[in-house]
Amino acid sequence: MGKRVAVVGVGMTKQRSSRPDVTGQELINEAVRAALEDAGISRRDIDAVVIGNMDHFEGINYVDTWSVDGSGALMKPIMKLTTGGTTGTTVAMAAYYHVASGLFDRVLAIGWEKNSESDTTGAIITAFDPFWDRPIFAGAVAGLALEATQYMHLTGATEEDAAYVAARERRHALNNPYAHLHINLTIEDIMNSPYLSWPVKMGDMCPRTDGACAVIFASEDVVDEFPSQPAWILAVADRHLWAYTSDPYVNQALENGWWFPALEWAAGEVYDKVGIRDPLKEIDVAELYLPYSFAGLRYMESLGFCERGGGPALVRSGATDMGGECPVNPSGGVMSSNAIGATGLLRVAECALQIQGRAGDRQVPEVKIALATGFGGCFWSDVLLMGREMPEKPRG
Amino acid sequence: MEPVAVVGVGMTAMRRERREDGYADLVYEAVRLALEDAGMTIDQVDNVVTVSNDFFDGRTISSMAVQDACGSYDKNVSTVEGDGTFGAFYGLMRILSGSFGTTLVCAHHKGSESVMPLITNAMFEPVYERFLGAEAVTSSALQARAYMDKFGVTEEECALVSVKNHGNAFRNPLAQLPLELTVEEVMSSPYVAEPLKVLDCCPISDGASAVILASAEVAEKITSKPVWVKGVAHCCDAYHLGDRDLSDARALRDAARRAYSMAGISDPRREIDLVELYDAFSYMELMWLEGLGFCGPGEGGKLTASGATAPEGEIPVNPSGGCLSGHPVLVAGLNRIIECVLQISGEAGERQVDGVRTAVAHGINGPCGQSHCVWVLGGEK
Amino acid sequence: MAEERKELIKLESGEAEQPFRWSAGVYGSKFLTELRDNKRFVGVRCPRCGKVYVPPRNVCGPCFVELTELVPVSDEGEIITFTVVSFGFVDPSTGKQKPVPYGYAVIKLDGVDTYILHYLDETDPQKIRVGARVKAVFEEERTGSMLDVRHFTLLDR
Repeated sequence: MGKRVAVVGVGMTKQRSSRPDVTGQELINEAVRAALEDAGISRRDIDAVVIGNMDHFEGINYVDTWSVDGSGALMKPIMKLTTGGTTGTTVAMAAYYHVASGLFDRVLAIGWEKNSESDTTGAIITAFDPFWDRPIFAGAVAGLALEATQYMHLTGATEEDAAYVAARERRHALNNPYAHLHINLTIEDIMNSPYLSWPVKMGDMCPRTDGACAVIFASEDVVDEFPSQPAWILAVADRHLWAYTSDPYVNQALENGWWFPALEWAAGEVYDKVGIRDPLKEIDVAELYLPYSFAGLRYMESLGFCERGGGPALVRSGATDMGGECPVNPSGGVMSSNAIGATGLLRVAECALQIQGRAGDRQVPEVKIALATGFGGCFWSDVLLMGREMPEKPRG
Repeated sequence: MEPVAVVGVGMTAMRRERREDGYADLVYEAVRLALEDAGMTIDQVDNVVTVSNDFFDGRTISSMAVQDACGSYDKNVSTVEGDGTFGAFYGLMRILSGSFGTTLVCAHHKGSESVMPLITNAMFEPVYERFLGAEAVTSSALQARAYMDKFGVTEEECALVSVKNHGNAFRNPLAQLPLELTVEEVMSSPYVAEPLKVLDCCPISDGASAVILASAEVAEKITSKPVWVKGVAHCCDAYHLGDRDLSDARALRDAARRAYSMAGISDPRREIDLVELYDAFSYMELMWLEGLGFCGPGEGGKLTASGATAPEGEIPVNPSGGCLSGHPVLVAGLNRIIECVLQISGEAGERQVDGVRTAVAHGINGPCGQSHCVWVLGGEK
Repeated sequence: MAEERKELIKLESGEAEQPFRWSAGVYGSKFLTELRDNKRFVGVRCPRCGKVYVPPRNVCGPCFVELTELVPVSDEGEIITFTVVSFGFVDPSTGKQKPVPYGYAVIKLDGVDTYILHYLDETDPQKIRVGARVKAVFEEERTGSMLDVRHFTLLDR
């Protein structure tokens, strides 16, 4: 039987548009040292390291072996994982399974990116098939715009509904000293920002960011060694369906009514494992990988926070604001900081801080259950549920 | 460690170019072979780990190309970027966690589609080292020279590895490069980067492979001949070549020590019957044999010259022909595991070695074997 | 002590590039040669669920069976969703700035169950709608690429 696993230490760099003062290894090291200090342990205590980013954002092959000076993996086991936007949550899940396997008691997970070092759109375009997608695909912004058009067509949602989400994320980011964007954009500001790819405007999108995040995962056998309240992993699941960029629109439109099966199936799996029936009521805070504003409408529906088409009403009700029924992205989320390989892991780190009651000005009161997601690839989805109470039994 | 078994394996043929096949074609072939070998359907696979590398595939999310072909539809799936031995280790952990009964691990590589030196050049630090042209072959030449000078290992001793492994490849129909060679022929092949000659170097290859791992409970239902994972560990040395003693495979020693300890092995030479190791260059087989504890430092050449590592020797090494006879990167480590599984289950065909009960598989990541993963596999639970 | 001048160096990768020669596979090659030689689209049909895939692929993900049956499909279809790209970016396939704005859509060809991405000959989002009929317009010089289709034209403006 596997081990139960908790997050016991968190470290993050300040997320910035560019960090020319550090190399990639040094950026990683900032986060790693912060996490070790937070957990009150040293490099010696780490049994294994998992690391993730997207190779072509920095042009480094074999990032695991390259990272050693920064990651602290010298003469330790280190493994690289990469799945695109979901990389950060993929790394968190890998750290979870490392510990749950019983083979490692203290595992360091690292997600990082220096998006300033390359052309982000170019590198994202090369994520897709060279024959069928790449000649025509225009990167993340346009791919998401296609989703937004479809969503508006199917639900009647408006650009202003989406702007509500974008404004919320930027407002929340003001409470997070680590966030990249600290700009209090109003709905009006967002509506007046230029179109990047209709109907998506500048104010609807995430920035490109340099940053790193490190999280220490520990086994139930050793959690007592650590100073802070353990943030337990209750369940994890993912679905990376589809191989071509136009596939997700097919599946949404034809096979599953018209929604988002990768997210619905992964979320359904973790909800079943933990026994969540009413996510809006039972989950106290959510840190979701919302790469742009419309995601904050549609993904709430797929996560079961409201019915299909109910995203705009949910968001406008204030339920996802600070002080609402389930605050979404108190950190400011992806629309305020997006160092891609770090982004998913930051969601997990933020959930841990919320559960531990250490989230400072962005703290949500009395967090017992927190939800983290990762998004990327062909609308791939990773979902993690975390909690304050140790689960009765291990359940991945 | 709770017992976990390999219950199915599949390898495509390794060829210089499989022009008719994309990544998805290769992976589908390997996965089908592994399912067939296990007598399973894809529905019985609980989760999937794919192995690929964005540089080798020229794609930022290289796993995306095989999401249909790996059979992960509506399953948990993840991607390790590194050698197949590391990907399989992650697959093993996912079973040990209790979350899954079976994991399918697949890897693919098409060396034919890219320019290998440019890609391995990208392993090196861009500010200080990359522009010098360091890549897999030239950096390995530095390591070979450091190792040979320190211990007085000769080029002829390295050539013996090449002669043996290319010869072994005649008994492996999936191998790319069976060659009947003499030491003299290896010695007279042109230098690529002194002391490495053409015939000391692995070829560029296309290929894919897949393994299916299962918990004891599932394995014993599926197959009458499970091959058990007895121990597995990995370890990473320093990054900058200047920070390492290139002649010393200390990370391999550490990984081997921990894998052997899990497997209860105290005397590897006596207790292990066969080795499949990552011989990207001939000298590597000697260095890795030492790191794996089959002989003392600097004695790999003499051990090889004695014939002990031949298929009929005391400790056969790479009876499949090794990476020297077929080197789809990433796939290569998974193939080492698969060869051990075939040998233990007595299904290695013409290359079968008698009486293999315990075998060691080995894979590497990074320049000059910076990171090593060691697997001990056995026929008994 | 005089304050040290702080200069942060950036190293440009310059003309560094990684050339690739990807394989289209058997059915992908058929698709591209049909496009090039006959200005025709072909797909592959799943023997289990009957779904027709364009562009062709080797495996039906949900059924996990190999796809071998080529079927001709229409060069007309409908818009599933669209956008108008107006932000400038460098196309990594050419190394050149992509000319903007351009219309860009997910298109369902008649007789096909999956969709393709392609350009539209319209850049005003108010003149494009989900469900609009479109038809492929081919280039005169064709090389065996998705860009052998210049764009899809809106049929009912």
